[in-house]
Amino acid sequence: MLAAGMVYSLVGGSVPAFKTFGLKFIVSGEWDPTEGRENYGALPFIVGTLMTSFAALILCLPLSFATSLFLGEYFRGTRVARILGLLVDLLAGIPSIVYGLWGFYVLRPAMIELGFGGRGFGIFTASLILAVMIIPYATSLSNEIISMVPNDLKEAAYSLGATRLEVISSVTIPNARSGIVAGYILAFGRALGETMAVTMLIGNTNLVPSSFFDTGNTMASVIANQFGEADGLKLSSLIAIGLLLFLITGIINAVGKLIIKKMN
Amino acid sequence: MEAIQALKNQDHSGRRQLKDKLFFYGIIVLSLVTISPIILIISKLVVEGYRQISLDFLIQTTPDTFEAMTAVSNGEKIPGGIANGIVGTLLMVVLASAMAIPIGILTGIFLYENQGKFMANLTRNISDILQGIPSIVLGLISYLWVVKHVTSGFSALAGSVSLAIMMLPMIVRSTEETLKMIPQTLKEAALALGVPYHKVILRVLVPTGFSGLLTGILLGISRILGETAPLLLTALGSSVISLDITKPTSAIPLLIWEFYNDPNMVDLIWSSSLLLMAIVLILNIVSKQIAAKRK
Repeated sequence: MLAAGMVYSLVGGSVPAFKTFGLKFIVSGEWDPTEGRENYGALPFIVGTLMTSFAALILCLPLSFATSLFLGEYFRGTRVARILGLLVDLLAGIPSIVYGLWGFYVLRPAMIELGFGGRGFGIFTASLILAVMIIPYATSLSNEIISMVPNDLKEAAYSLGATRLEVISSVTIPNARSGIVAGYILAFGRALGETMAVTMLIGNTNLVPSSFFDTGNTMASVIANQFGEADGLKLSSLIAIGLLLFLITGIINAVGKLIIKKMN
Repeated sequence: MEAIQALKNQDHSGRRQLKDKLFFYGIIVLSLVTISPIILIISKLVVEGYRQISLDFLIQTTPDTFEAMTAVSNGEKIPGGIANGIVGTLLMVVLASAMAIPIGILTGIFLYENQGKFMANLTRNISDILQGIPSIVLGLISYLWVVKHVTSGFSALAGSVSLAIMMLPMIVRSTEETLKMIPQTLKEAALALGVPYHKVILRVLVPTGFSGLLTGILLGISRILGETAPLLLTALGSSVISLDITKPTSAIPLLIWEFYNDPNMVDLIWSSSLLLMAIVLILNIVSKQIAAKRK
């Protein structure tokens, strides 16, 4: 019921934007709020969202993969793993805006120092912080799946003289593969919708970004940034972006859940 | 000849061992990198924020820009505190809980009682997908529903509606999972004694699963406490303490956002963030502790 109502009102709110711009709304790269020749296209934000989220996913991959092996394989059930697991869980508890502050005051100066151009804003900085934010989501699922791989399989491989690395790469990972993939899909879905931290770090320009070190805007950050001064057609365009975001994250989550369900 | 072969084998296995070792150390290093942000963030907040924390900080409302500017230029501590944010956050969390908890628990019971039926599966899937919807979209929805049609203006009610939608799927989930863990025999025993159905739920199922439900609720609250994005679109913010739910109100995360945007108030962001983090982390740890005790 609730969900149907939500879709209904989002669609209702975005009708004016789609009516005016049609399908061009999705593919147009222009976002021009000047009175009289208003023209809104969501492409810069769609591209910005995908770029930040993919970059975040790639950055988070080695980290969360290592952590889930640490928790689910090497140190399973020990005190060290419990503490590490608790800390990773706490990462999920930090509010988005605190991540944003930390990114702005600590990470951004560091980026400038390292010579990543300009004032340290941009897609790369935003993806770095985003990667940290989605680690707990990616880790918790793959950790669970990895620790569920049957012991007999692993013991069989050990008895054949395999080293631990060989056991992991030829027994554990193939057995846990779909679970790990599902975890990353869900984490990707999280990354798509993150707002505050990204808004504070991405630099907020309404152009299609040309590289990972460019500034840009994501779908969520443009809503947060421009909602205050929006009315009429612009408001409707922002709501349309919200609808697109809703649909994309809904689909990604459904796919992730489907994979998990198939596994069981 | 055979000796050479054996040597070769040994060399090969040596390389395998080495690879194994390297991989192991790689895992440890990467895991440490993973947890370093949380330690860095917390220490940064404590180092920068503890100086502003005082009783005034908790009971006074935010200063205006001018007051803050004078204080900073005189080298004094910025006067005032974030009481309006604390009250606003409490108000909205209480309202959101009042909406989300009953609906969530009822839905959870419905899912538990109708395992495998079509409607239950549909509801469960929708609630799962709802959990993945970005908070800013929920803010937009609450804007369209409440700000435009109910209170005709930004309001605490609108803020809490968006927070309630966020909390709902978590409560549904935890209710169902908790009830599933309660032995069937308990329920059957009560039914066999002729206890009416609603009393079985209220007197047997809910009390037995109480700590599980509490965990879900606390986790839900700790998640919505730090939410900023939907509040920007709904509650807007206010510099006075307001208990009127049809008026705009402030919240701790909203205040952090305002301080961040106002160069004169920047000093206040760390202490406000420290307070927010402390509350969220304590709630988190307490609920995990309750969950751990159950097992």
